[in-house]
Amino acid sequence: MTHSEGDGGVSGPSLMFAATPLNTRNHRLQWLFRALFGLMTLILVVPVGIIFGVLLVRGGPAISFEFLFSYPSDGMTAGGIWPALVGTIWLVAVSLVASVPVGVAAAIYLSEYASDSWLTRGINLAIINLAGVPSIVHALFGVGAFVIFAGFGTSILAASLTLAVMTLPLVIVATRESLQAVPMAFREACWNMGATRWQTIRTVVLPNAISGILTGVILSVSRTAGETAPIMFTGAAFFFPFLPTSVFDQTMAMAMHLFVISTAVPGAPDELKYGTALTLITLVLLMNAGSIWFRSYLRGKKKW
Amino acid sequence: MVVTDVKLAVRDLNILYGSQQALSGVSLDVHEHEIFGIIGPAGSGKTSFLRTLNRMEMLQENMTVDGSIVFDGHDISEIKNVYALRRRIGVVFPLPVGLPLSIYDNVALAPRLSGIKDKSALDEIVEQCLMRAALWDEVKDRLDVLGSLLSGGQQQRLTIARALSQDPELLLLDEFSIAVDPVTTMRIEDVLKELKEEITIILVTNLVQQARRLADRTAFFLDGKLIEVGETEALFSGEVKDRRTLDYLEGRFG
Ligand SMILES: Nc1ncnc2c1ncn2[C@@H]1O[C@H](COP(=O)(O)OP(=O)(O)OP(=O)(O)O)[C@@H](O)[C@H]1O
Ligand SMILES: [Mg+2]
Repeated sequence: MTHSEGDGGVSGPSLMFAATPLNTRNHRLQWLFRALFGLMTLILVVPVGIIFGVLLVRGGPAISFEFLFSYPSDGMTAGGIWPALVGTIWLVAVSLVASVPVGVAAAIYLSEYASDSWLTRGINLAIINLAGVPSIVHALFGVGAFVIFAGFGTSILAASLTLAVMTLPLVIVATRESLQAVPMAFREACWNMGATRWQTIRTVVLPNAISGILTGVILSVSRTAGETAPIMFTGAAFFFPFLPTSVFDQTMAMAMHLFVISTAVPGAPDELKYGTALTLITLVLLMNAGSIWFRSYLRGKKKW
Repeated sequence: MVVTDVKLAVRDLNILYGSQQALSGVSLDVHEHEIFGIIGPAGSGKTSFLRTLNRMEMLQENMTVDGSIVFDGHDISEIKNVYALRRRIGVVFPLPVGLPLSIYDNVALAPRLSGIKDKSALDEIVEQCLMRAALWDEVKDRLDVLGSLLSGGQQQRLTIARALSQDPELLLLDEFSIAVDPVTTMRIEDVLKELKEEITIILVTNLVQQARRLADRTAFFLDGKLIEVGETEALFSGEVKDRRTLDYLEGRFG
């Protein structure tokens, strides 16, 4: 490297790298923002930590094999949560079976096939609005559409479909975003080879969008397991001490059970409530951990 | 002069993006078994021209094309099965596109799409195409590695191998050597000279000397117009119809 004319006689490598006031300022700013963003992240984690901590301390002692695998007794002031646990798993599973295929297919259509027209823009807007509909409104829709009109009665099916409608926007938006993150050049390369749109989607686009799709699934699992309002009138029972045998049965559910013992059962011990909440959170965490593990497994396999 | 078969006949071709004209009134013939060079400054419509040859305009909403393009005696606007047309035309882009599949799958993709399933047949195609693209020696021990993790120059050769795997009759190369080092470029150029015996090649290049080395005939595009087409040797020896061609060839432009 040569010195320019304007060096003013100053030479030597040490001075060449000396910090200018601008450098120093940029450095300080960079440090400041780093600290600021770190703090925000911390603030985000604090409530989660507190909630989990309190539940662990107050509900932890309630958790036992007995608690998890036995039926509620003494007018729900004692006993376990087994039917609610099983019911929640049913609800989550059935609603995923409904929402994932529909949501992924809709997202593929919107991102890969539909042209940009007022119609698709309208549909996209509708999806975003669907995400903003309060869950009690979804509940009323579910009662009208699935319980009464479709004739499913108050059943796992009606409740799951209601939950599926509610979580559909999460799946669609996550899938659409991850499809659009796949570079256009990949598609063009395939089309140039004479691949149809579907061949292109199957061989190149979907395999690279799968981890984003799973993010949508993870988000919707959490919402499905935690919601009370949409299932209250469509399929979740106040007290139903049997395990469901088909999707046409009613069922108990964790979120609903928690709501009931907290508000409608005088004399239910706190330990029971905290234990139920802890189990619900743990269940959601486990399901999410499963999908996250699967997602990172897929990510490890595919990269560009 | 020998009578040559016309592989591709283009007449009065106009290309529009929205209302902006990218190419106007281009007519030219590309002969069987020749390397047809296209040169011209940035934005002169070279890439747009290539895109229309395999009907990629169908996939681009704002792009409209009129005029006629006859490929092997068929007017391509009347071909219903555009997928079959595209399979007969290999394309290599300026920037390498290693698909996020293994090296093997990158090259085997086109044959698979056209229905070849037999493992040994695929193995043979993959090996042969990688050899021709001067990449085989570098990757033969790691065919299961992701193609998108290769270096830029390697990915470009992978792209060429992929284009060859379609067993195309017409190969379109759009500034293929941008991301490739000079030594490899020379190797690929040698391959192209050999390929000419079997197929027809259209070579868009920003390197005037590359056109001189490879092209039998060369077309000069400027501002969306075809200025002239001629035997490459004749053009470079100064037998031009239009002053601007000579200026461009000799680097006096702008
Ligand atoms: N997708 C597009 N939408 C709108 N205009 C476009 C599009 N693609 C190309 N154009 C325009 O068409 C004209 C021709 O572009 P083209 O890419 O064919 O040029 P080129 O000769 O290949 O240039 P280069 O040497 O830089 O690759 C340019 O004016 C460009 O701005
Ligand atoms: Mg170009």
